[in-house]
Amino acid sequence: MKDFASLVIALDQTTKTNERVRALAEYLGKVSDRDKLWTIAILSHRRPKRTVTTTLLRNWAAEKADLPQWLFEDSYHVVGDLAETIALLLPPPSQHSDRTLSDWIAFIRELEVLSEADKKARILEAWDSLGHEERFIFNKLITGGFRIGISQKLMVRALALFTGLEENLLAHRLMGAWSPDTDRFDQLLIEDNPSDQLSRPYPFYLCYALEGSVEELGDPANWMAERKWDGIRAQLIVRAGNLFVWSRGEELMTDKFPEFEPLAGVLPDYTVLDGEILPFREGIPLDFQALQTRIGRKQVTRKVLQEVPVILMGYDLLELGGKDLRQHSFADRRKALCHLLEQPDMPEVLKISPELPFTDWAAVARERADSRKYHCEGLMLKHKDSTYQQGRKKGEWWKWKVDPMTIDAVMIYAQQGHGRRANLFTDFTFAVRDGEAWVPFTKAYSGLTDAEFQAITHWVRKNTLERFGPVRSVSPVQVFELAFEGISASPRHKSGIALRFPRMLRWRKDKQPEAANTLQDLKDMLESYGE
Amino acid sequence: MALLEFAQEGIFCPLAGVYIDPWKPVKRALITHGHADHARWGSQSYLCTHAARPVIRLRLGPVNLSSVDYGEPVYINGVRFSFWPAGHVVGSAQIEVSYKGETWVVSGDYKTEYDGLSEAFEPRRCEYFVTESTFGLPVYNWSPQSEVFEAINNWWAENREAGRVTLLTGYALGKAQRIIRHLDTAIGPIYTHGAIENVNEVLRAQGVALPDTIRLSSGMQAKDVAGGIIVAPPSAASGPWLKKFKDLSVGVASGWMSIRGARRRRAVERGFVLSDHADWRGLNAVIEATGASTVYVTHGYTEIFSRWLREKGLQAFELKTEFQGELHEMNEADTTED
Ligand SMILES: [Zn+2]
Ligand SMILES: [Zn+2]
Repeated sequence: MKDFASLVIALDQTTKTNERVRALAEYLGKVSDRDKLWTIAILSHRRPKRTVTTTLLRNWAAEKADLPQWLFEDSYHVVGDLAETIALLLPPPSQHSDRTLSDWIAFIRELEVLSEADKKARILEAWDSLGHEERFIFNKLITGGFRIGISQKLMVRALALFTGLEENLLAHRLMGAWSPDTDRFDQLLIEDNPSDQLSRPYPFYLCYALEGSVEELGDPANWMAERKWDGIRAQLIVRAGNLFVWSRGEELMTDKFPEFEPLAGVLPDYTVLDGEILPFREGIPLDFQALQTRIGRKQVTRKVLQEVPVILMGYDLLELGGKDLRQHSFADRRKALCHLLEQPDMPEVLKISPELPFTDWAAVARERADSRKYHCEGLMLKHKDSTYQQGRKKGEWWKWKVDPMTIDAVMIYAQQGHGRRANLFTDFTFAVRDGEAWVPFTKAYSGLTDAEFQAITHWVRKNTLERFGPVRSVSPVQVFELAFEGISASPRHKSGIALRFPRMLRWRKDKQPEAANTLQDLKDMLESYGE
Repeated sequence: MALLEFAQEGIFCPLAGVYIDPWKPVKRALITHGHADHARWGSQSYLCTHAARPVIRLRLGPVNLSSVDYGEPVYINGVRFSFWPAGHVVGSAQIEVSYKGETWVVSGDYKTEYDGLSEAFEPRRCEYFVTESTFGLPVYNWSPQSEVFEAINNWWAENREAGRVTLLTGYALGKAQRIIRHLDTAIGPIYTHGAIENVNEVLRAQGVALPDTIRLSSGMQAKDVAGGIIVAPPSAASGPWLKKFKDLSVGVASGWMSIRGARRRRAVERGFVLSDHADWRGLNAVIEATGASTVYVTHGYTEIFSRWLREKGLQAFELKTEFQGELHEMNEADTTED
């Protein structure tokens, strides 16, 4: 695993993209095909199944390091990463191992069938034969969450540099279900093999949020607007009579949505749709939360199907009758999509995302203002000439989000962050006033700059009232403007209110706590915008 | 009456009427070393070691400052005070206080590894020990400095090879000179930021041997420092003055660099784990060597480290002093770690 450890060190030691790509390409040239595939798998978050719980790892590491459990946990809190904490606390190794990355992955997977005592013996053996960096990686292979600053995009660039093949082609071949167990590097990435490509989705075209004013997009006649639906972005594929549903996160979700099964017999063979899976009943979308709950279930029971039925809201047509349409203009693709989905025998589960009518930008802005009524985050603006690109690109597709709802609240508890922000107070609980009392209603932990987090950390230390473990209560003095995307009633919360995606918009040093919003203000917002 | 008390202004000896490293102005202050959280301005008189004196003079200006040798006792109202090497920076001391057979030692900041510049740490036997705990967490354990300097010199040589300018940060008093002392001058010239060179001049004048360095001036361009290494304080590691060195590799030398998250947060290319404070093993070894039965923990992970000592059977207390004034927090420590 030395090569992989050196790669991780090399990637950590440069902030320059080109150097990172080169380091990865060089590494690919050095290691075996199996190691290559496992590296790609790990970088695209396909880690091996967890065979040891983190609780056991913590216990064994604390025992091996001869530390009480509380000190292990305190250390973990400061370091912010379990795999790294363990690597830092263990005594130096007494042996040495030449196992490769793939060997270690096999080693980890073999643990699954072992008894707890045998697992422990093997883990201790591994720890005792690895240096610091390799131990960290070994632990990461077990716990997951490997972040080494290589996005999917950069990985594809490195593969292109190494193989000499085009990035687009490689990105496509890497989509979908493959595994280092069943696939070979050459057959997956190098050789042309059409039968393997059956289930494979196209890389998704993603967009950025519109930054400037909408007028800067120019003539409205060149643009098309639709709602930005709040569900799961997905591709629905029918090829050789089989149906495949892929999420944007590259997860094959066909089994989660039996509603779509009949489509294999209805859509023309070799069709690929891009759309949004939405929880949808009686003509209106339901809250996204309902869909998340449904997906979390192991079994898709009839009850679930009745409670949270779904549809695919079609955005785009990428392939029809085996022909790749992605280089056609969006206007043409949309026309073909309408033609396809407006067939009289098309089932109800397939809908077209309606095109919003407008002749000037003001009309678009009015539609945008209505977004919350549709459980939408805003609008999508697409240039009529746009091709279907890969990855996140600027210029031809934009999302134009509604302004978030905001409220001024007062910080009452603070907690230290993890990882990159260990030792800074970053997790805050906010309250609004209810008469004389402060009623906590939400937590938020993002939205400030590092410098602001430093300043507030300094303040928290000086103004701590009480400590409860890692949490400190502070004087209710600091006012923050919080933004959020949705508000709903919640009996579980003391305030009776739950917010969706709350974050700090601004630290209002100019405001006194008396000027912050009240519980009544929150209730009024619930009344007008509640989900 | 206890021999030492922990008062508003700092650590206080009521019998002698003196303070150790006070953070508020007092009549008479005994100072362990010249870092800003220990040597504060405004007191009527100061006492430190001969070796610490020039730097404290540089930092505090024309104050009433006297000094003594290591081990040379000073009696104040019958209380015996003496200064012993702390190994932290040149001139740094632990202050021993004894009276009628009772002995206290206030550690100031210390490290156990000899760094080639500072007077080597000497453990003192005592009943009461006031210890720092900047790195009082078992995740902090240092490699021998020879390994760290080898890595630093290799990095510099690689940068030189690739035509890059090298910039390494470490705070101006102590860390910077320790780095400079161990740089391989065969690789290239050493440039220093003004704040560091001011300290270098003072130390050279008192006989501390440092390799030649060149004070960086505003007129210098990338080509003038090509192949060289710039040593600068952390606060200077960002900012417009660096723009002219287009191809620059930046490193940070600090104990906080042990943690990957800290390295990534700073977005530095190279984090070298190098500290002038004792690591976890060092703190524990020193406390054992003092034979103290009562330990007061300041300056760092006070809560965690004192609990750890209590579980080992010592009387240990967390001291809320203003040295920490958050200095142990990573952010401020990026610039001070004094
Ligand atoms: Zn200090
Ligand atoms: Zn210091």
